[in-house]
Amino acid sequence: MRRLPSPHQWFFGRRRDQQWPLVLGQRRIFIVPTAAGMLFALVLLVMLIGAINYDLSLGHALIFLLAGLGLVAMVHSFHNLFGLRLTPGRADAAFVGDLARFPLQLENPRRRQRRALELSFSGQPVVAVDLPAEGGVTIALPCRAQRRGRLDPGRVTLATRYPLGLFRAWSYIHPSWSCIVYPKPLRTPLPPTSPAITADHRQGDSGQEDFAGLRPRQLSDPTRHIAWKAVARRSDEQALLVKQFAGGASDELWLDWSLTPPDRDSEERLSILAGWIMLADEGQACYGLRLPGQQVAPATGSAQRASCLQALALYEPGEIGDAV
Amino acid sequence: MRSRPPQAIEQGAVPWLLAVALATASPHAEHLPPWLSLLFGAALLWRLWLWRQRRPLPPRWCLALLVLGALAAIAWQYRSLLGRDSGVAMLVLFMALKPLEMKTRRDALVVVLLGFFLLLTHYFYSQSIPTGLWLLASCTLLTAALIRLHGGAQPLAAIVRQAGLLLLQAMPFMLILYLLFPRVSGPLWGLPQDAHAGRSGLSSEMAPGSISNLILSGAIAFRSHFAGEIPEKADLYWRGPVLDAYDGLTWRASTPAAGLPRMAPVVESRGAQYSYTSIIEAHNQRWLLALDVATSLPAGTLQAPTLEVLAREPLRARSRFSFASSVDYRANRAESAAVLQQALSLPAAINPRARALAERWKSRPPARIADAVLGMFRNEDFHYTLRPPLLGADAVDEFLFGTRRGFCEHYASAFVFLLRAAGVPARVVAGYQGGEVNPVDGYLIVRQSDAHAWAEVWLAGEGWVRYDPTAAVAPSRIEQGIVAALPEGEPLPAIVGLDADWLRQLRYRWEAANNAWNQWVLGYNPQRQRDILSRFGMPNPDWRSMSTALAVLCGVVLLLVTVWTLPRRRRVDPAQRAWQKYCAALARRGVPRAAWEGPLAFAVRVAVERPQLAEVTSEAARCYAALRYGRGDSEQLLVLQECVHRLPARWRKSA
Repeated sequence: MRRLPSPHQWFFGRRRDQQWPLVLGQRRIFIVPTAAGMLFALVLLVMLIGAINYDLSLGHALIFLLAGLGLVAMVHSFHNLFGLRLTPGRADAAFVGDLARFPLQLENPRRRQRRALELSFSGQPVVAVDLPAEGGVTIALPCRAQRRGRLDPGRVTLATRYPLGLFRAWSYIHPSWSCIVYPKPLRTPLPPTSPAITADHRQGDSGQEDFAGLRPRQLSDPTRHIAWKAVARRSDEQALLVKQFAGGASDELWLDWSLTPPDRDSEERLSILAGWIMLADEGQACYGLRLPGQQVAPATGSAQRASCLQALALYEPGEIGDAV
Repeated sequence: MRSRPPQAIEQGAVPWLLAVALATASPHAEHLPPWLSLLFGAALLWRLWLWRQRRPLPPRWCLALLVLGALAAIAWQYRSLLGRDSGVAMLVLFMALKPLEMKTRRDALVVVLLGFFLLLTHYFYSQSIPTGLWLLASCTLLTAALIRLHGGAQPLAAIVRQAGLLLLQAMPFMLILYLLFPRVSGPLWGLPQDAHAGRSGLSSEMAPGSISNLILSGAIAFRSHFAGEIPEKADLYWRGPVLDAYDGLTWRASTPAAGLPRMAPVVESRGAQYSYTSIIEAHNQRWLLALDVATSLPAGTLQAPTLEVLAREPLRARSRFSFASSVDYRANRAESAAVLQQALSLPAAINPRARALAERWKSRPPARIADAVLGMFRNEDFHYTLRPPLLGADAVDEFLFGTRRGFCEHYASAFVFLLRAAGVPARVVAGYQGGEVNPVDGYLIVRQSDAHAWAEVWLAGEGWVRYDPTAAVAPSRIEQGIVAALPEGEPLPAIVGLDADWLRQLRYRWEAANNAWNQWVLGYNPQRQRDILSRFGMPNPDWRSMSTALAVLCGVVLLLVTVWTLPRRRRVDPAQRAWQKYCAALARRGVPRAAWEGPLAFAVRVAVERPQLAEVTSEAARCYAALRYGRGDSEQLLVLQECVHRLPARWRKSA
């Protein structure tokens, strides 16, 4: 069932802003007194009663001056946002658990500075920024990436209490913004180079492989790589050792879904794959990615890393069952 | 709205808040008990030290103990926690201790609001021009503290400038509200006992020394503004209480309970009438000090049978009254027997020598008796001095036949005694004589140093006639004022003595400014508000029309402030404006230019998408690129501006 829109959504709509740069006009700016503002009004009222009771003319003057100050502060809070020009930028991808950063350019066309602007996605950390007169600044709005996939941070709340904290003026901007969130890389050693995806392939290639050494077994290592003889020779029997191979097909490393431990849930397997991609990328290896139903041809470099990670990020787990 | 965790106060904002505490509380040191001022100073210094050393604030229980202890001390000092002074003391105490637990921005806000409240309490004690200036200065500081609190670190000058700007923009609202906010008169509830403490002025009795003390004060008693010319200085007798009961030492006003009929006085004016408006300082008594003798009274006042003008209530605040008076009059030609009887009564068995003297004059007509007394004062060796010798039980005898030194009080007292002893009804009148015209605003200023006492004698057919026995001794007292009359070496009244010319000019200006301040700021009461508003074309202002005017004017000013602070458009150069116009026209025809698209790239895209617009667009783009990035000339600008008109009409947009 579709969720009913909240009154707020219903009122302001879910429409995304399309025109950039966006100039904040008076129809986009809301303003209400803050709790401090209410308290200020209450104090003024009490003071007024006191001034009337004791017939303090100068007291009247003080209270009226402060009332005027409140009104002026309202105008200034409003103008602190009014006419601000905003242009969203492209967000870089992030890993799960990190902060995705959405760049937003703020430009101040007027001759006075704008101070203490607070920007945030709903429920996310607040970024405070001051804008110089007739100048601009680009900020990176943080949004915690919690799930793999495409992250829509929602709308930005742009608020200010400057100058006196008596009023809060705010505006929402809602760019069609998103960023890719990669699975959190799980650092496990790379799978052995090119141990062929199919059994027959492996047989044929075995002669080209060079034995490179032993290392403790990781969860992701297939059982057939365990060096049983070496394990038998060791007295402590604490860890199983696996054989490592070098050379051979090392110039073409295939990071395959099927090489990940099948007893793990799919998100964890994707994380393992992401860890491999990071490792392979750090080692400047030439690698490809195989996922059920799709593959990325082997290549090197950051573009390869990005496209592999993106494939992981956007992978639909529903396809897993029929592919393996 | 999202609720946020309390925001910690910035390190750099603390000194601002300490300054707020200092500015709003320190003027109270004048009337606070010294221990509280010391506590306040110590608390601020402590907080300052903690701030400099970046140490944690004291624990709560420590502050709670301090508060409780200090509250107990205040209660003990003032015997109550509810009065005006103890209330102020408590506010100062809170202002001293609040910074010591100031951690969050909310605490800081409480300090600022407390500061506003403390500012208000200053006006209990003074509402002078310097206090008004102090108001503006401390408001600027408080606003600056708020700006610092919410705007982060900035140069000091920038913060103060911003605060000044905000206050400047708030001023029109203050003026409008001040003029139009419906004023409520009188207290909303009973004022505490100490609300009107410490007023000086004439008292309702004349005991030895009571007037000479007044004469030494330069304080202003009242100011008068005459509609036409001002009477001669010698005619400026301002009538206060009439003292007709004597006990041998003190002259008092006989109480109504003495059985005198409350007859309305009958005044026949014989000369010019003077109309004038007086602004009388609060003196906590009912008499209004009209020029002798009033012929037309302000509304809500009455003329006592003894001719002084009385308000219904004691004068608790500076007030304006309009009178008309005559200085040449006949009053109460038919006086009741009881009043005359009272004007003859003397305590028995005192002043035998004076009685004996009066006995010898008894056969003469009353007017001649009075003249005889004045003649005695004038011709014999009497002196005018503010430092008379002390007198004993037979004060009049000792004065007339012994010391012969005194001032108005002695002369009026002896004069009335002699006349009564000779069988002529007479009484003492207390009030003020003279005054000084301020050339700056034309107001006549009467000070406490002009306090005076004279006599009135009832003559058949004439009514009450004024006699000033002091004038017989020291005519200059009446004609030129107290300073001229006093011999060399006498103590001079405080302000009156300063006679350097430039000082006098300065004083005139200062007093004129004070007078305007009093009328516009302090004396702005419901009555005055009605007067002003009717002069501005609101003939009969009620609260409803006032609120409407208030709302409309405030709205207009708010609009003006909004426009004032509106972001100014940057000047766009003509080439850019023409290009934007051209692009807007293309956008209306369905080819919007993307923000990142340069003019030439845009022209290329337009040529692909809309071949029929290709030629004109490439020309426009070329001109614009040349103007903006190259060395374009005015001709190209003209071509660019023309391009819009060369576009095909809208109906061809789908073509």
